[in-house]
Amino acid sequence: MEKTPKWIDVGLIPLLNLLIAFVISGIVVLLIGENPVQAIKVMVDGALGSPYGWGYTLFYATNFIFTGLAVAVAYHASQFNIGGEGQATLGGLGVALVCLAFPWPHWSIALLAAMIGGAVFGAAWAAIPAYLQAKRGSHIVITTIMFNFIGASLLNYMLVNVLRPRGSMDPATARFANSTHLPTFHDMPLIGQFFGKSVPANISFFIAVLACFLVWGLIWRTKLGYAIRAFGRSESAARYAGISPVKIVMAAMLISGGLAGLMAINNVMGTGHRLVLNSVEGAGFIGIAVALMGRNHPFGVFLAALLFGFLYQGGGELALETTIPRELITVIQALVILFTGAFDNMLRAPIESFFVARAKANKEA
Amino acid sequence: MSAANKPKAGRQATAALGANNAATPAKVPAIELKGISKAFGTVQANKDIAIRVMPGTIHGIIGENGAGKSTLMSILYGFYKADKGEIWIKGQRTQIPDSQAAISAGIGMVFQHFKLVQNFTVLENIILGAEEGALLRPSLAKARKELKRLAEEYELNVDPDELIDELSVGHQQRVEILKALYRQADILILDEPTGVLTPDEADHLFRILDFLRKEGKTIILITHKLREIMEITDTVSVMRRGEMTATVTTSETSPEQLAELMVGRKVLLNVTKTKANPGATVLEVEDLRVRDEDKVERLKGISLNIRAGEILGIAGVAGNGQSELLKVLGGFANGTGTIRIKGEEIDLTGKHSDGQSRRARGIAHVPEDRHHLGLILDFMAWENMIFGYHTEAAYQKNALVMDNAGIIAHTASAMERFDVRPPIPTLPAKSFSGGNQQKIVLAREIERDPVLLLVGQPTRGVDIGAIEFIHKRIVELRDQGAAILLVSVELDEIFALSDRIAVMFDGQIMGERLPENTDEKELGLMMAGVAT
Repeated sequence: MEKTPKWIDVGLIPLLNLLIAFVISGIVVLLIGENPVQAIKVMVDGALGSPYGWGYTLFYATNFIFTGLAVAVAYHASQFNIGGEGQATLGGLGVALVCLAFPWPHWSIALLAAMIGGAVFGAAWAAIPAYLQAKRGSHIVITTIMFNFIGASLLNYMLVNVLRPRGSMDPATARFANSTHLPTFHDMPLIGQFFGKSVPANISFFIAVLACFLVWGLIWRTKLGYAIRAFGRSESAARYAGISPVKIVMAAMLISGGLAGLMAINNVMGTGHRLVLNSVEGAGFIGIAVALMGRNHPFGVFLAALLFGFLYQGGGELALETTIPRELITVIQALVILFTGAFDNMLRAPIESFFVARAKANKEA
Repeated sequence: MSAANKPKAGRQATAALGANNAATPAKVPAIELKGISKAFGTVQANKDIAIRVMPGTIHGIIGENGAGKSTLMSILYGFYKADKGEIWIKGQRTQIPDSQAAISAGIGMVFQHFKLVQNFTVLENIILGAEEGALLRPSLAKARKELKRLAEEYELNVDPDELIDELSVGHQQRVEILKALYRQADILILDEPTGVLTPDEADHLFRILDFLRKEGKTIILITHKLREIMEITDTVSVMRRGEMTATVTTSETSPEQLAELMVGRKVLLNVTKTKANPGATVLEVEDLRVRDEDKVERLKGISLNIRAGEILGIAGVAGNGQSELLKVLGGFANGTGTIRIKGEEIDLTGKHSDGQSRRARGIAHVPEDRHHLGLILDFMAWENMIFGYHTEAAYQKNALVMDNAGIIAHTASAMERFDVRPPIPTLPAKSFSGGNQQKIVLAREIERDPVLLLVGQPTRGVDIGAIEFIHKRIVELRDQGAAILLVSVELDEIFALSDRIAVMFDGQIMGERLPENTDEKELGLMMAGVAT
């Protein structure tokens, strides 16, 4: 069989899909009575036009990289983890407990400890659905989504009844000590001069990039990754090979939950400096779209997270600068997901056959 | 179904099958294909195919896997559209854009994998898609009457109210044939119909086909079994690499000639092997019992042993416990009883009852189903070459990462040794043909120098050229002193390879024979549970 060149598969087709999503979004903007060209300009300017915009775009992207990787790792073991939201929520709790537990002498030590805290809490939250799936066959989609609700309620309880400082009216923890505050882009050498004091993007972004490399290595270079992929492709074959389904489901989901939990170093430790209700703000769910669009490859997840960071930040600007409601950005995100994920084959089939036919014609000529 | 009420009629009728039918063929062919061509991408699946099949005859189409038989029949049944060529049915040029058109042209198809609704009754399956009116009852009543007539006419007895689930494979196939006849098909295409049948059931099927032929129906029989072609067909076409290499009258040809036409060179149908020189006992199985998920006992106390340097062949109709036997030995099903390897007992239910522990004990396993067990089709050849052995130290670069480059190099040389084509380690397993996929599995398992090799259906869906190669490798491994357990539903294969033959029926071993002291008749009776 003729194969289509790789650049078409991973480059041209996603780009065309994006283009269609944007064109349709433009039509929607037009129907609202706004100028789509103006809207795009506002979004691009707001998200990418200034260091300030980049500071926010990359901040959001950091969240989405972590949750996107979480979904991707689970997906390779054919587990659909839609509990990233709850795992990131619990990760936040872990990070907050670590930050509050001890007067950390330096942010770097606090960060290491917080990473462990966030990952362990996130993994623990994924462990229960994973165990129920592996041992009892309870469907992971159902249990993880349930655990999102339980996680939200648990956080609610913890903030109101346990962690709220005495006398505070706010369901939130006390502020973390200054020594735990992570360096933002403004505080960094070389790039610091470009970014203002208020940008939220911080060192967590680089940890997220590092996580992409580590996940790539895990999936394609280690025994465990091999076993995860084998199990994900064919459970029956994995059993033949002596790969334990229980171990793989547990391992993949623990890693997945840990990655989702790690997100909290960005949004809780990096910017919030305290834990509030709903600090995850849907990033867990966007992670599903990011993984879908990134084809569950860490590099794809990175690019998709940037795109969604752009949409998030640009969308916020859109709401500020125009009469276009913030909700429209959800519509655009939905269109992007629809076209890059669900409708992917719509364009794929004709484009591939076009290139196959052309290759054939070239060969015969 | 118990052994007692199995149909025993008609062994004697077998003899009549070979006799050529005397019906005088009419002048107009029932089917005529002219210059049919079909390409998938750059692969020419069918190239300028021409066939004429006279009414009231059985026409065989034989060829290796991937020769284009199924594509041709799919064109005839409206699944694919031919790029070029004409289809003439009963002297009429006919367009067949979909299977509905094929049915109205009087073509019926019996697929290798039945298209039956398991929890419907026979009657409901028969009217499925041919219901008339809004209410079901009149259609059912009509079908019941028609079914009774067909059953009497063609010896196609099936209880119309039985659920498909509860029918044997042979009976399910009859339902498929009835479905076609109910739709008034007078041209019947059967795709590898005997693959799932006992010799007895196959005989019955051939008798049915013979009746149908006498009634003037036209039958196209697709098969890779030379014996069936010789036994039942009037004419036979041979396909090779998308082309029709020959069409001959069956009575004027021989299996050897057909095999040569199929492969394009002379083939040895028999494996040359010396007499076994068995050593110490390697595998001892005592009173092995296995229950499936529904608590049904699938193995009912199996005992057997194999010595080093011998091949024990397990004959039997698929579904009589052979798969469970392989799975327990291979470590991915639980059982009770005793299994010893070189005198040491192995764990059957506990922590060490998995594929990894079995491999550590020197048990290699070429599973029956290479698509669902033996290979990960999306994985590349090199990833498959270490499947099940991926934790071995030899494949690790260090404590963290695997030595991918080393594995690829190892795979390239193994592919060379096992003549896997194309020898490209980075090609996904699904891109290889059946024979080459099997060679990948075989290379992986045989090159481990196992103490015991479990082999299930080693040549299922494999072309003749590769069969020869695979058989040779298995015999070589035996000569190196491995114990080999061979499970196959192909009696030819059992006879060609085995040093001893055990027959399984209904989860039990009916008996053991030496290949030189038995024949297919006797084994057939044992396989049907009639004799021990």
